[in-house]
Amino acid sequence: MSEELFKEMAQSILDGDDEVSAELAQKALTEGIDPLAAITDGFMPGVNEVGENFACGDAFLPELVMAGEAMKAAIAVLEPAMMASGVTRQVLGTVVLATVEGDIHEIGKTLVGTMLTSSGFKVYDMGVDVPTADLIAKAEEVGADIIGLSALLTTTMIKQKEVVDEIAKRGLKVMVMVGGAPVTKEWVQRIEADGYSEDAIGAVSVAKELMGL
Amino acid sequence: MTKKIKSITNPKLKLEILTPQEVQKIHHATLHIIENVGVRFPSRRALEIWEANGASVDHESMIVKVKPQIIEEAMKSAPPAYELGARDPQQNLNMDGNHVFLGTDGCGVEIMDIETGQRRSSILKDAGDIARVADATEEIAFHWVALSAQDKPAETRGLHEIKTVWENSTKHVQTESIYNETEARAAMEMAIAVAGGKEELRKNPVLSLMQCTAPPLGHDGGSLDAALVAAEYGVPTGFMTMSSCLTTGPATMAGTLAVGNAEVLAVSALLQLAFPGAPIFYAAAQTASDPRTGVYTGGGPEDFLFGAATNVLADFYNIPLSMGSFATGAKEPNWQAGLENSMSTFMATIAMSDMLLGAGFLHGSRIWSYAQMQMDCEIYSIMHKTLQGIIVDDETLALEAIAKVGPGGNFLTQKHTRKHMYDLFLPKYMDRRPYNVWEEKQDNADDWALEKAREILSTHQPEALDPKISNEMAKVISSLEQ
Repeated sequence: MSEELFKEMAQSILDGDDEVSAELAQKALTEGIDPLAAITDGFMPGVNEVGENFACGDAFLPELVMAGEAMKAAIAVLEPAMMASGVTRQVLGTVVLATVEGDIHEIGKTLVGTMLTSSGFKVYDMGVDVPTADLIAKAEEVGADIIGLSALLTTTMIKQKEVVDEIAKRGLKVMVMVGGAPVTKEWVQRIEADGYSEDAIGAVSVAKELMGL
Repeated sequence: MTKKIKSITNPKLKLEILTPQEVQKIHHATLHIIENVGVRFPSRRALEIWEANGASVDHESMIVKVKPQIIEEAMKSAPPAYELGARDPQQNLNMDGNHVFLGTDGCGVEIMDIETGQRRSSILKDAGDIARVADATEEIAFHWVALSAQDKPAETRGLHEIKTVWENSTKHVQTESIYNETEARAAMEMAIAVAGGKEELRKNPVLSLMQCTAPPLGHDGGSLDAALVAAEYGVPTGFMTMSSCLTTGPATMAGTLAVGNAEVLAVSALLQLAFPGAPIFYAAAQTASDPRTGVYTGGGPEDFLFGAATNVLADFYNIPLSMGSFATGAKEPNWQAGLENSMSTFMATIAMSDMLLGAGFLHGSRIWSYAQMQMDCEIYSIMHKTLQGIIVDDETLALEAIAKVGPGGNFLTQKHTRKHMYDLFLPKYMDRRPYNVWEEKQDNADDWALEKAREILSTHQPEALDPKISNEMAKVISSLEQ
């Protein structure tokens, strides 16, 4: 019975249809299917398949993003039920994500968020133009493993350094990964950030690496 | 001292990329977007201007929705033609729709060092050196600040940059790195010093400002405030959309044109409402994101088509256009760089974009290469020649010479040949040598182009800027640094 439903779940991810994935998640709850099983055996295989298709160039970025959105929609339905029954979903790590203060460029950062979420990270996306103090407060509040920082301007890129320095000053155990068009390997070494990627897909590997996975 | 500037004018070649009906359709789609979806203007001053002019303003979301007649009425006061001024007035640029002028590209963060060939972070001196080479290069008509002065404080970096460009060149300066009101006011003071007075600046704007939109359908607050300052001083200002198919624009090109057009048209109308008659221009560098990764591509057939189509839109609104061309995504001067830069420049020049950006960059406007700059200039020169087309008249048909030579023989000794041989294009960087000559040296265009840049940098001294003006500019900057 649930075999059939699980297949539909995977398909909804492949189709990138967040309405169908949410409906199927709801259906699982109504039918008394374990929400964790719905994620692991239903939706997750879909995410993995899209990921594999993407890795070999058969899937395009919008398919990957839509799969991520569909996964998010399903988790949003299933998570409250899991929490109510005291089960927590295994996450690969917790990431606080933002575009630095003074910078409003959003798309790269948002893509990284989607990629990380659909790969199993818990992501708190704080949006754009976020002051260093707010970022650090949030990271402490949620016990973040990683802070992800985006910047598109050379004049705002220096805020990435500010965050790294502030973390060092306070002796916090949180890692920093950075990105954005002007960010280079040399810059990352200079500010002593823990990782960087030139695109959203690479960001997932970097985050996994930082988590020792 | 170079005085000549090579501009493309009176082209014979033509291209119809959009029919008048299609332009109307894009225009109406644009007005529909501005009226019903709205554009975000995160600046208090901008929102107040909109409100005072009858637009619907949501102060929470900062989204403005404007009726078509307000936009169309506002655009009527935009001047269709004006001059960009230069330190050397002989190098003023006529934005009359019948000239194409090339500028360097800008805002890069790294450079292939001219001596070591190693890639490194950019500093202020690089911006000055590039301006000096550009000053001596006839294909370059104006400057963008090519590289970011990362050794200067972020708050005044944009000011240090324009100062050094003025000190190293007599050509027009267009900056794309003044992002807020304070910096813009300081930049105006500096421009006044160079022009020799506030009214002189208005008459001979030695500076123009280029701001980026924040697609889709948004703007940056600081950029809006800076542009309003420029408009107040009569300093030409343009907004550039870099709307990108798939990510910041729809996957379809027409949709991406409409989104970018809505951003530029709405803000152009705002500047006219605030300062009727202020010189403005349309700026664009739309592209398509790579479907597999979403990355900025900096080249490809979509870029080429956007390059030609956008000038049709700018013409429709009767304002000059500054169009992004060149700026290949290639990592070194290679096949891809040559292909992308030739095609994008051909399409943007055949449409007669008034300003063309910009020579010199690799990796999607991130890494400066002097060799690429010189080779880009050669590409521009090839367009310059190509767009003249084939002239057919009694003189060029050369019947007399043909009769003299007859069947067999050759034209090398004909007077007609002597007269017209200079019409033929002479490349600087194309390899036309015998194979064995190349085989011996194995050198290429990029070697020669780099050599040329080195030679200019070591010999060319631009006409010095009055030290008093330099001092005044330095004072303006240091007052912000205290």
